[in-house]
Amino acid sequence: MPDLYGMINVPTVVWIDEEGRIARPNDASFASNRFKLLTGLDSRRHLRRLRVWVRGDAPALTPSEVRAHQDLPTAADQEARAEFTLAWWLSRKGHPDDAERHYVRASELAPHDITIRRGSMRTRGLNPMGLAFLKIAVKSALTRTPLYRPLKDSP
Amino acid sequence: MATTLTLLHDGRSDEIAVADPARPAIPAGALEETLGWDLQPEGLCQGPMCIPVDQSALVREDGLDLGVLAGALQRPLVTDEKHTVASLGASHHERGEALASLDAPDFTLPDLDGNLHSLGDQRGKKVLLVAYASW
Repeated sequence: MPDLYGMINVPTVVWIDEEGRIARPNDASFASNRFKLLTGLDSRRHLRRLRVWVRGDAPALTPSEVRAHQDLPTAADQEARAEFTLAWWLSRKGHPDDAERHYVRASELAPHDITIRRGSMRTRGLNPMGLAFLKIAVKSALTRTPLYRPLKDSP
Repeated sequence: MATTLTLLHDGRSDEIAVADPARPAIPAGALEETLGWDLQPEGLCQGPMCIPVDQSALVREDGLDLGVLAGALQRPLVTDEKHTVASLGASHHERGEALASLDAPDFTLPDLDGNLHSLGDQRGKKVLLVAYASW
């Protein structure tokens, strides 16, 4: 699903209308404010909009607005996913050392893709809730590269 | 002497006999079954759509050069020679065009009981698609 929808972190939320059309593209939102202190994401923003849309009180976004918000995958993103697939296969076949260089290459190609970087940690013997992730989070903050990318359409 | 290449692509894996693992080639007869393309004089074809390709580079004695094939289809190809495995990713053009069309890409996933559900089954309802992970 990350590949099909160009998702680079979780949570990622997509609204799909009755016709199977994307009504609101990839958005970062939690279901509650449990992680607000860590992520800075206020779930009330998204939930308020969601209720309005589901009740039919207001449309989601226009097609041109959806497209303007989309961050489409690049060639490097797709190469990173191919490297990740290869690394994952090698890990599952019992070749962690050989998998590692492909995980590293995937991270180099798409350093912003947390589904790859954090998603590979357990198979690499790293704790995705521990120091390895903290390093990514700190670097993200220092370089002002957000880990979570909510749509910028809040009032 | 032929060896077996594992080709990871489109969520599946295929075993392909290759003569040279460093420059893998796919048997011409297996192209359609494996990747859904057919080699015609016009190029690589899928139904009425054809992509021009340099056939002098693509067609080798031992089959169709996988690197040339990937390049023509604009799909990333990464390999691990030691384990004779290759991963053929999706084209960013294809993914981008699909998303920009705004038709939500269909997928099928199992629930906790193993029952399969497709996004398309929900047609007629509003869907909130939430991707989450416990890492």
